[in-house]
Amino acid sequence: MAKSFFVDTSRCTACRGCQVACKEWHGHRAVPTRQRGSHQNPPELTPFNFKIVHFNEHMIDGRVEWLFFPEQCRHCVTAPCKDVADMYVEGAIVIDEPTGAVLYTDKTKELTIDQANEVKETCPYNIPRRDEDTGLVTKCDMCIDRVQAGMLPICVKTCCTGTMNFGERDAMLKLAEERLASVKKTHPKAELLDVDALNVIYLVTQPRTMYYEFAERKADPMTRKQLLAKFGKPVKRLFG
Amino acid sequence: MTNHWVDIKNADSILIMGSNAAEHHPISFKWVLKAKDKGATVMHIDPKFSRTSARSDFHVPLRSGTDIAFMGGMIKYILDNEAYQKQYMTEYTNAAFIVGGDYSFKDGMFAGYDAKTRTYDRKKWAFALDENGVPKRDKTLKDPRCVFQLMKKHYERYDLDKVSAITGVSKDNLLKVYKTYAATGAPDKSGTVMYALGWTQHSVGVQNIRSAAIIQLLLGNIGVAGGGINALRGEPNVQGSTDHCILWHILPGYLPVPSSQWQNLDEYNKANTPVSKDPMSANWWGNRPKYMASLLKGWFGDAGTKENGFGYDLLPKVEPGVDYSYMYLFQRMYEGKIKGGFVFGTNPCQSVPNSLKVRKAMDNLDWLVVGEVHHTETSDFWHRPGVDPKKIKTEVFLLPSCQRAEKGGTISNSGRWHMWHHKAVDPMGESKPMGQMIVEIFDAIRQKYKKDGGAFPDPILALDLPGDYDPDYLAKKINGWYTRDVVDGDKTYKKGDQVKNFTLLKDDGSTISLNWLYSGCYGPDGNLSLRRDLSQDEMQAKIGLFPKFSWCWPVNRRILYNRASVDLEGKPYAPEKAVIAWNGEKWIGDIPDGGWPPMASGKGKYPFIMQTEGHGQLYGPGRMDGPFPEHYEPAETPVKSHPFSKQLSSPVMKVIKSDMDVLAKPGDPKYPIVLTTYSMTEHWCGGGDTRNTPPLLEAEPQLYVEMSHELAKEKGVKNGDAVILESARGKVEAIAMVTIRMRPLNIQGKTVHLVGMPFCFGWTTPGVGDATNRLTPSVGDPNTTIPEYKACLVNLKKADKVTELNMS
Repeated sequence: MAKSFFVDTSRCTACRGCQVACKEWHGHRAVPTRQRGSHQNPPELTPFNFKIVHFNEHMIDGRVEWLFFPEQCRHCVTAPCKDVADMYVEGAIVIDEPTGAVLYTDKTKELTIDQANEVKETCPYNIPRRDEDTGLVTKCDMCIDRVQAGMLPICVKTCCTGTMNFGERDAMLKLAEERLASVKKTHPKAELLDVDALNVIYLVTQPRTMYYEFAERKADPMTRKQLLAKFGKPVKRLFG
Repeated sequence: MTNHWVDIKNADSILIMGSNAAEHHPISFKWVLKAKDKGATVMHIDPKFSRTSARSDFHVPLRSGTDIAFMGGMIKYILDNEAYQKQYMTEYTNAAFIVGGDYSFKDGMFAGYDAKTRTYDRKKWAFALDENGVPKRDKTLKDPRCVFQLMKKHYERYDLDKVSAITGVSKDNLLKVYKTYAATGAPDKSGTVMYALGWTQHSVGVQNIRSAAIIQLLLGNIGVAGGGINALRGEPNVQGSTDHCILWHILPGYLPVPSSQWQNLDEYNKANTPVSKDPMSANWWGNRPKYMASLLKGWFGDAGTKENGFGYDLLPKVEPGVDYSYMYLFQRMYEGKIKGGFVFGTNPCQSVPNSLKVRKAMDNLDWLVVGEVHHTETSDFWHRPGVDPKKIKTEVFLLPSCQRAEKGGTISNSGRWHMWHHKAVDPMGESKPMGQMIVEIFDAIRQKYKKDGGAFPDPILALDLPGDYDPDYLAKKINGWYTRDVVDGDKTYKKGDQVKNFTLLKDDGSTISLNWLYSGCYGPDGNLSLRRDLSQDEMQAKIGLFPKFSWCWPVNRRILYNRASVDLEGKPYAPEKAVIAWNGEKWIGDIPDGGWPPMASGKGKYPFIMQTEGHGQLYGPGRMDGPFPEHYEPAETPVKSHPFSKQLSSPVMKVIKSDMDVLAKPGDPKYPIVLTTYSMTEHWCGGGDTRNTPPLLEAEPQLYVEMSHELAKEKGVKNGDAVILESARGKVEAIAMVTIRMRPLNIQGKTVHLVGMPFCFGWTTPGVGDATNRLTPSVGDPNTTIPEYKACLVNLKKADKVTELNMS
């Protein structure tokens, strides 16, 4: 059974401990940012930011709703990005079977810019980023080094409010259902996002469209057949 | 905190006011959310809708500087609706005390005011005493001069209409908060108040907190699990440094600083040791001479003799009536009266109000020593924008300090937990712990005095401070030891034995302790700050009390004044979350505030042992600005009058006067907008540290000003535009953050806009903006002189060009 994250945004205070800890654990350099009228910085994921917290504010019935969404790779149960990458460079994207982690390897450097863009465009959540200097395509790696050593991913370890949770998929699904039932009492529109398709399960309190562009999944998981049809790549490249 | 972080989870109602807990004390929300999970109502009352508000049940915006009006309205609500906990209030607070005939309150002014000195004669506020010298009481609470009746009269004026008009809070919102919170007056319910600098940084800061104390005492919320007055203190070790006297007016353990009016130790003790004639009052400060003697012996060792007051004679003394705190210090520097100084771990050119004046004052120094991890606006003041370094005479020495993970030692958290933290890595380069720097500097001075002599070498040469810095040795000394063999009752202690705790400290020089409050942290059982044992009994488990995890002052008592959590028989008011209980022979649960049996036995002592009279102070005659909190406007206010009295602002607030300390007029049309300033999650205090931590600067890169859409529209400003803010003292550039989280308020029928800014950005980090405190005024609370950072007046306009902010 795979591992899953459960991200309970009803508990998130947007302290961004996860965002900063992620950078620190991965040894990522800081990217230049500017204040543009929002706390959200960097504005989106970069090759050096596998995780950022989104801030969105709405006025609903005279009440401010400030919505926080710690964004990261969803570690899809069937990862469309892998299917695309496999067509070009075998082993650029691999699945770690014991955890279900979708991992980008050094071989992503062998993808051309166009191929890397295809990988990115295939992701329903706009997650992968290419480092222009090295050609490496990167994203959240589930802190696989930590997890294999029996530790929690650093974003989960850092979280003090119970927003970030990690464990066996069954346990996370159970926790997610329990929390949803509880949160629905005060937030009737609360829901879990795409539970069946993802190993990162988000609980949101408001309609998913109110968070950010990619909080709402744009496409169903594509089958290999659909992918082939879409990109028209030779079969032998895929399986050879 | 009277309580501690974990205890927040026991609350039925949480009032967060004067604090943005989720952003500035993120871990607190672990416990706030646990309380919420169990059904607690979380309320956030604050000018700005913040990340705290986002996770609260509701947010109530109010105008900055009107907290006492808001809380006064709540006191009135509790009294009108008899929502108080009657037995607790009558027995444990001074509600029944009769106030002496000299006390009066008329149109915003208390009795005893001297307009010349801008001070009150507090003797006029004393309690009436009976023939034995014990305060008179009327437990029926009917006497018109009893505290309860005077309080009722005082807050009669704080009705919903008036409170709403001045705070900008709707009457519905007022009632919602009052009703919810007052429900914790039920004996088995508790409510906690979480506050921070949003309350202290006002010209009425102490009285903001007093108003919460009154509410908590009326509702029986002090001493109980899930209750208390909880000052949220931060990573800068505010709790520990206050306990150990970083402030000028106290010595370690809250002992008053020696003054020239007390020339010897006897005079000092006489003036500072309260006397109670009431046999039921423990009057704990009656022990002060023991703590002072032990401190002095700790400082001066064998050189501290009975003849020289254990070294008291060697200490410098302050002059009575002189304020030595920050704002006055910089005023003296501005006047050229200070030649040089040491700045360790603080960044006054960034963090003290009216930064332009502070920076200019620094130019008058001959020399300056700064201990810091990074270059800051203070260490580098001599080449700040707009000055010619060649014209600054100051010689600056920058001593590199190591980072927190590079040194071992103790830190005290808000819950008074005294915890050892271990060094993780060796310091980089030549950097050192600041403790080491101080010891080395002192030792060099000592050697010089030894060699060359001097006008008065005795205090330097007599000081018993080793030439090397050892935090373990200091922790041991803070706890204290015996200076000679001592027989105490049936026990014998050897010279050099560690003292068990402060109850055994003596005033005869036979014991030392560098801080009596911490005595017990390192007794015969060793260094208890190292403990990480989570074991607890069933009663402790119910309330999340971990008596063997670290150690907490005083004597490992986790909830202060816990004997107020039980009735006169010693039975807990809230049996499901009992803090202590009398089992017929002794107290079980937490360490009680003294082991005396319950009050009903006739052998008990009142639970508020630190008060001379032993009772919680609804009426507090010790403060500089009155025994009851009264609403006064900030020194800079958008209104010309308020509905409670003709006294617009505090008659005793501290106001610094100089040509650069200009204040806007009340209702000044040039500066119509209220500014409040604050910290943020991502940066630490003045930012000197975190602006040099790249991932944090990435997350919060530049100075911003949060404002409403309405104000932005009025000023033609769009989200992300650069704007210029101006007060009577200075100008600041910032990026506009236009948000629905700030709302215009209706104050006395007029729209008042409020803006908010962080203060952590400074010029030594290029392009991020510069000190927000160039806008704030040199005005302070009369008790603490804490500056009024939280409310002043500004105006703003869209910037044509900017020089402080990188815009590309």
